[in-house]
Amino acid sequence: MSGANRIAGAGRLTPARSLRFSFDGELYTGLEGDTLASALLANGVHLMGRSFKYHRPRGVLGAGSEEPNALMSIERDRSRRQPNVRATVQEVFEGMSAVSQNRWPSLAFDVGAVNNVLSPLFAAGFYYKTFMWPKRAWEKLYEPVIRGTAGLGVAPDESDTDHYSNRYTHCDVLVLGGGVCGLSAALAAAQSGASVMLCDEQAQFGGALAFETGIRVHNEDGFAWAAQTAQKLSAMDNVRILNRTTAFGYYAQNFVGLVERVTDHLADPDPALPRERLWQVRAKKVIIATGAIERPMVFANNDRPGIMLSSAARTYLNHYGVAVGTKVGVYTANDSAYEAAFDLKRQGVAVETIVDTRDAPGEGLLSTAADLGLEVLTGQSVTDTKGARRVSAMVVRPNGGGAARTIPVDALIMSAGWTPSVHMFSQSRGKVAFDASTQRFLPGDYVQDCVSVGACNGTDDMPAAIEEALAAGSNAARATGSKRSPKTKVSCEGAGNWSGGMSGAAAGAGPDTTVKAFIDFQNDVTAKDIRLAVREGMHSIEHVKRFTTNGMASDQGKTSNMHGLAIAAEALDREMPQVGLTTFRAPYTPVTFGSIVNHARGKLFDPTRRTPMHYWEEEHGAVFEDVGQWKRAWYYPRVGEDMHAAVNRECRTVREVAGLFDASTLGKIEVVGPDAARFLDLIYTNGWTKLKPGRCKYGIMLREDGFIYDDGVVARLAEDRFHVTTTTGGAPRVLNHMEDYLQTEFPDLDVWLTSTSEQWAVIAVQGPKAREIIAPLVEDIDLSGEAMPHMSAREGKICGVPTRLFRVSFTGEAGFEINVPADHGRAVWEAVWAQAEPLGACAYGTEAMHVLRAEKGFIIVGQDTDGTVTPDDAGLNWAIAKSKPDFVGIRGMKRPDLVAEGRKQLVGLKTRNPMTVLEEGAQIVADPNEAVPMTMLGHVTSSYWSENCGCSIAMALVANGRARRGETLYVPMPDRTIEVEVTGTVFFDEEGERVNG
Amino acid sequence: MADRNTALRAAPLDGRLVRSAHVEIVPADVASRIVLRARPEAIAPLSRALGVKLPEEPKTSAKAKASRLAGRIALWIGPDEWLVVDPNGADLMALCSKVKKLHSAVDVSHRNTAILVAGEAAQSVISAGCPQDLSPNIFPVGACSRTVLGKAEIVLVREDAHVFRVECWRSFSDYVFAFLADAARDAVI
Repeated sequence: MSGANRIAGAGRLTPARSLRFSFDGELYTGLEGDTLASALLANGVHLMGRSFKYHRPRGVLGAGSEEPNALMSIERDRSRRQPNVRATVQEVFEGMSAVSQNRWPSLAFDVGAVNNVLSPLFAAGFYYKTFMWPKRAWEKLYEPVIRGTAGLGVAPDESDTDHYSNRYTHCDVLVLGGGVCGLSAALAAAQSGASVMLCDEQAQFGGALAFETGIRVHNEDGFAWAAQTAQKLSAMDNVRILNRTTAFGYYAQNFVGLVERVTDHLADPDPALPRERLWQVRAKKVIIATGAIERPMVFANNDRPGIMLSSAARTYLNHYGVAVGTKVGVYTANDSAYEAAFDLKRQGVAVETIVDTRDAPGEGLLSTAADLGLEVLTGQSVTDTKGARRVSAMVVRPNGGGAARTIPVDALIMSAGWTPSVHMFSQSRGKVAFDASTQRFLPGDYVQDCVSVGACNGTDDMPAAIEEALAAGSNAARATGSKRSPKTKVSCEGAGNWSGGMSGAAAGAGPDTTVKAFIDFQNDVTAKDIRLAVREGMHSIEHVKRFTTNGMASDQGKTSNMHGLAIAAEALDREMPQVGLTTFRAPYTPVTFGSIVNHARGKLFDPTRRTPMHYWEEEHGAVFEDVGQWKRAWYYPRVGEDMHAAVNRECRTVREVAGLFDASTLGKIEVVGPDAARFLDLIYTNGWTKLKPGRCKYGIMLREDGFIYDDGVVARLAEDRFHVTTTTGGAPRVLNHMEDYLQTEFPDLDVWLTSTSEQWAVIAVQGPKAREIIAPLVEDIDLSGEAMPHMSAREGKICGVPTRLFRVSFTGEAGFEINVPADHGRAVWEAVWAQAEPLGACAYGTEAMHVLRAEKGFIIVGQDTDGTVTPDDAGLNWAIAKSKPDFVGIRGMKRPDLVAEGRKQLVGLKTRNPMTVLEEGAQIVADPNEAVPMTMLGHVTSSYWSENCGCSIAMALVANGRARRGETLYVPMPDRTIEVEVTGTVFFDEEGERVNG
Repeated sequence: MADRNTALRAAPLDGRLVRSAHVEIVPADVASRIVLRARPEAIAPLSRALGVKLPEEPKTSAKAKASRLAGRIALWIGPDEWLVVDPNGADLMALCSKVKKLHSAVDVSHRNTAILVAGEAAQSVISAGCPQDLSPNIFPVGACSRTVLGKAEIVLVREDAHVFRVECWRSFSDYVFAFLADAARDAVI
């Protein structure tokens, strides 16, 4: 038995297919195809959650994704715990464990329910007023406490073990919603030959046909027709149909996000399957067929468990075979609730009374009610309910006044009418228009290439809605290039009409009352909260929304927006459209982080770039540092060495013997064409036309504003071919910068740029023995100092493979940079290492490289410069060709501020105590005793212990720095003040003789 | 032991393989490649020198006709840019150097590496990270495009109905391969 309230013969589930699940530790039996909500109701469980603010007991309100109350935590294991799952959407599976939320210690006895008693203190906006004083308590006391109690559900505390997938896809026609209209539209478009995608959030297609059992399509049961149509569509090559798939966001240019729940309904999902699949769809045409959502009635205590939408009760009965009660009351302001009452009665459920706030229900309803023996009270209202954890009675009063009658019920179904679901239309930036005759908002002006059909478009009559959908489908197909135009026909009969109803508070919950008549069940917003907001001066619906939090919950106001608006309009004595409607935000229903992140987890979060020599470095104990996406060998500690010791040894070894350094990450750009030198003349501050093939030069490039942008060594390989190097981090932006100028400013030049950063592995061999190390491996190149002096470049072979060999130095030592095609990088490195190691050379990392260059006063762009440093500030005036008429930045450099006295200039600093190493970024002052805020002269840009100098060294940008050489300045630190002397920037081999080796 | 006279070649994805019921992902063999930049007047002589007609239609590629040049392809990358790939290791730079008309040829044989994605699910797997429309009517056999896969730039070529060549820069190849492998776990077609 799958629950006492399951009615034999009712619904579409198969009684034999039972399964077991638990809710708050209790075991229950459900049927395959049940949602958690239907399975619990079948077992007579109505209490499914506690409300957010007042902790009031709550049951299900709906049967679909609009559900505000029945939010649960579904837990497969500690790492796969999903909070805030709507019980009305979650399908049960064998062994499922569901836990209620927002209660302690238990759902039935919840300490937090004291908030309900104290609710006068917690009126809308209370925390804007209550916690204003004392001001300091906000940060320390109020906010932490509020944050602690706020929020629904508990996030998992372990990393998610599920995986998620993404697919970009394109189609001619995307249909949102798989009810009768969505299916009809998809069918018409598909049969015309268009490529079609159709999605629906439910497990099965059919939409309202799930409960509208009176509808017959093509002379058969509507829901069966929907299933057959879905099957027919899925068999077509030009169609992809997705169930359990929510269109959650409608973005620019018909870009729609869908999330498909692949495994959430499975007891034992195949681990190969992603839990969810994100579909990022670009559609030529979108057909919105999202239907309508029923509104609750707004009356006192309308939130007790057992009180729900009439369409929900009908769904539970007609689809799941579950009676929502044994004594059901009905409260309505429109006709569709009657159908629910009739269905229940026909299945033998006692329907106590239909209370209709209208005087005249729709045609024929009263006679059908009479035939079924149902009492109908027209012109009366339910003004209150009784019951604690489930409704036990409804209090009914005539609208004109009179005696109240208390009618015992154990379920109360209600309908205030249907709200067209314009969420996706509104998300598409379409403007809704108020339809005064039906008092509702409908799609108005379209901004994107989409069309709404059926109930979401306000087309209430089903045959008309189907016609509208079919036309939309074939029109969309034609508009996207389909030539075929078959006549797709869908005939239907037996549909009721859903128009009519009311928005706002019903009798007994009007402005003269203080009752709790809920409109936003999830955020505990009542009719009187809206009125309070208006009294407090919130006259725009946007302000009312934020003051009361109406419609701000995860259900995005699906059941509450219209009521909130109507009550605000009434309080303001204005028409609804004058008060406005809040914008519908994405996502339509909550989306997991997993599906948004999808593949970009772990090593796929961001590319990790490794050089060809990376694994050799790893095998030789390198510690790596991240430089952008690159992994670079930082230092190579030997046994017993810490970083400091390793770097000291590497620095010493390079100057005494030699070192190998992986410089592969340097950006490289091949500049080719007869105007290559002219182009470089314009890009760099230096002159290039006179550089001979086979020679190298250090170049600086500026931005238009005259500040240093990048630097690097450029080799001229031929008259029309240069090998440019950039900083590691600058590689992509320097190429963009060059390409930008080439295309926009200098399009007349015959020159092309190609990135070769990754073509070449670069092995820097630096130190007194550099030549001795590489000589045995090099063919066709005379390495002697005379034939290949400092700053020269040769092409030849090393280890049998082609090389571009540069005689350059970033250490101040004699050195070479061996460029070889990247796939040969490791083998050549190993060959060089085999020569180097016996001589006592070492491999060194980026830290030693930094120290060695600082000893020589070589800047690192981005470390010693920060985008506000001119060549003169950096002491690089020598690199500016004075004779050139133009280059990028030449005018910027002449701006008054850039040539003014007192600019910060790059200088060296030596600490008075040579053992003290300054902190990079530390501020520099002249008077250590000055009161805070002190006059800051500049800051330390680079600072190291220099083993080769036997003292600490630093570079700094200091106001008027070069004129201060020899001065004593101070670096104030939290615990002490460090005395420094301003020096030149070259700390080692000032004459620069060592590069000539 | 490293041989000082013949440095061995080690491609970045050597030994990698993903094979499932619907897709196979393997590194392509090493190839020689050049990036070719040229004005219209150089297209004909360059095409002759390379034995493959440089395509001028956006997002298309061309194959060498002669059987001795089998496998050589020229990919349209931009209005004046092509990527020429030769799987037989031909010296493409030398071929272009004979052309006197103004152009730029740069050897990028080692800059790029390629991955072949083959099988019924190949298009779907690439669509996990590539936002372009890859349906056969839009991106038919022979189509090519410089595009993205996840966070990496790629050049994509549809070599056959169910075979794609994914060219990427060397250091991105680990990411690109791992991305494709992760996407291949989801068998949706």
